Amino acid sequence: MSEISETTVDREIDTSQMKISSTEVAIDIVGMHKWFGDFHVLRDINLRVMKGERIVIAGPSGSGKSTLIRCINRLEEHQQGDVVVNGVELTNDLKRIDEVRREVGMVFQHFNLFPHLTILQNLTLAPIWVRGIPKAEAEEAAMHYLERVKIPEQAAKYPGQLSGGQQQRVAIARSLCMQPRIMLFDEPTSALDPEMVKEVLEVMISLAEDGMTMLCVTHEMGFARQVANRVIFMDQGQIIEQNDPENFFSNPHHERTKLFLSQILH
Amino acid sequence: MSLSYVREEMVPPQPAPVRTTGVIAWARQNLFATPFDAVMTVIGVAFLIWAIPPIYNFIFPTFLGGDAVPPGGTVEDCRAAGAGACWAYISARMSFFIYGFYPPAEYWRPNLVFLLGALLIVPLLWPRAPFKRINALLFFVVYPIICYYLLNGGVFGLRRVPTEQWGGLLVTLIISLVGIICSMPIGILLALGRQSKLPIIKTLCVMFIELWRAVPLITILFMASIMLPLFMPQGTTVDKLLRALVGVTLFSSAYLAEVIRGGLQALPRGQYEAASSLGLSYWKSMGLIILPQALKHVIPGIVNSFIALFKDTSLVSIVGIFDLLNTVQAASSDINWSSPTQAVTGYLFAAFVFWIFCFAMSRYSIWMERRLDTGHKR
Ligand SMILES: Nc1ncnc2c1ncn2[C@@H]1O[C@H](COP(=O)(O)OP(=O)(O)O)[C@@H](O)[C@H]1O
Ligand SMILES: [Mg+2]
Repeated sequence: MSEISETTVDREIDTSQMKISSTEVAIDIVGMHKWFGDFHVLRDINLRVMKGERIVIAGPSGSGKSTLIRCINRLEEHQQGDVVVNGVELTNDLKRIDEVRREVGMVFQHFNLFPHLTILQNLTLAPIWVRGIPKAEAEEAAMHYLERVKIPEQAAKYPGQLSGGQQQRVAIARSLCMQPRIMLFDEPTSALDPEMVKEVLEVMISLAEDGMTMLCVTHEMGFARQVANRVIFMDQGQIIEQNDPENFFSNPHHERTKLFLSQILH
Repeated sequence: MSLSYVREEMVPPQPAPVRTTGVIAWARQNLFATPFDAVMTVIGVAFLIWAIPPIYNFIFPTFLGGDAVPPGGTVEDCRAAGAGACWAYISARMSFFIYGFYPPAEYWRPNLVFLLGALLIVPLLWPRAPFKRINALLFFVVYPIICYYLLNGGVFGLRRVPTEQWGGLLVTLIISLVGIICSMPIGILLALGRQSKLPIIKTLCVMFIELWRAVPLITILFMASIMLPLFMPQGTTVDKLLRALVGVTLFSSAYLAEVIRGGLQALPRGQYEAASSLGLSYWKSMGLIILPQALKHVIPGIVNSFIALFKDTSLVSIVGIFDLLNTVQAASSDINWSSPTQAVTGYLFAAFVFWIFCFAMSRYSIWMERRLDTGHKR
């Protein structure tokens, strides 16, 4: 099992902007199944995410967490059921897939920055080539987001010259430059040295404070407690249990959840 | 005994105990480290002492202490007993080696082609030179058209010079440049096609690559020049040089495709995923993210293919095209210059010319590789 960490950010979370819409659906997954060859990796997934929700997905390694969020921007294809993102149903139609990807940002465990481009070029590439924004304007926006993740001074460097925490913050800024409506995080801190986890969590929390819709696969239970409005527990390709963080941690119902929590919390 | 320890005095840096610098230390480390090394060194030095003077005497002209006949010498000098390389013969036949049977009155046309090419290619290969886009457009689009009309003639009152009369270094450079420039995009497309998820495209690319790789270039050239006309409708002819160009290009593109595929496979999947998740289309993610990295990783392999192609151009001589090597070979039966060292000198000259170009390519690629290194480790 991946390491569980309890890193917390010691400041009050500003919840004034964290509004969960009761009408606007961001993601709607209905009866979704996925197989890798013969392996039934996701089974009967039903998940409705409202605009403004901050969802943490937890579960043992190999339970299908990554696969689930990768189905949301079609890095993986599902074989059965419906996935509707921002009102667009994901099918084999490439146009729709691109439409969804423009509006959904993704942050990976291993950052996946483009090593042959400078930080600034990493940030402006998609706005220029996907959104058709003029270069000067894209660079201005990129600097704004670099300031937001607190590393504007690194703009001219290459990813290889940055620390892991800095690279992950650049990766978040790169997604933000596309002004996504939804952000997906796949274990954004688990490849980082402990002292760098906090700087990345800080950025994620500030995103949540701005009202971003977020789906976050993470083992940062501190983050789940502080920021999430819902925690989803997955095992063997299924959603086993979901609840608000308080009840999820203090009052788990399913045996597997209890077992999982007993292993990670003392 | 206490476990606790605190350093009280810092140790200043001191010189290394054994001398590790200087000539003697270097020789001891590299030449005489073990008895076996020492023996090998002695044998090696003895071989050099035995081999170098005769080679030197053969290649270098009299005014540098050798036996070779410098340019301007006569055939009698070359026939004299003990004479070395007959450079006089090379310089006398130089225009044949450069232009082949191109009419001497029209030499200014290939010369202009050489000059324009040099003027365009130097800034193109020099990364800091400005106007890259215009430069590339001029070199890859305008220049070939100009070259064709300039060399071939038949327009603007230029005398027509059929390709049969082109030859020498001119033809060698034409074949290799066209081959290099055309095989690169074809190779990239083949490599991408081979990775395609569409089964038809994938199969076609695999078949093409495997077919061309499995057949020797000589066979391809023979088939192109002898068999192709049999299949063509009566009366239509495809220029011999053009057929060779197509053969060399496709042959080389199959090899390049495999080199590039290696680069594509070496890229981590995360790069493809990051590009997709930002909404980049297939061609944009290939052009902006995947290929720049993949090609950079395989620069040595690509240049290796280019060097191989450059040397393989000499095979076109077997279908009757007078490239550099073929002109050298043809000139070696020139009785006006017949001497014991005539043929050897010719081949030495050809080898030297090939070496210059290949060595330049090799050095340029090493330099470029260093320049493109953004210091990332994967
Ligand atoms: N591309 C793939 N092909 C085949 N099996 C895969 C692939 N990706 C993931 N799997 C398998 O699917 C299961 C779920 O993987 P994943 O979603 O990455 O789990 P998690 O993120 O919860 O650790 C694992 O058993 C994994 O081995
Ligand atoms: Mg995972």
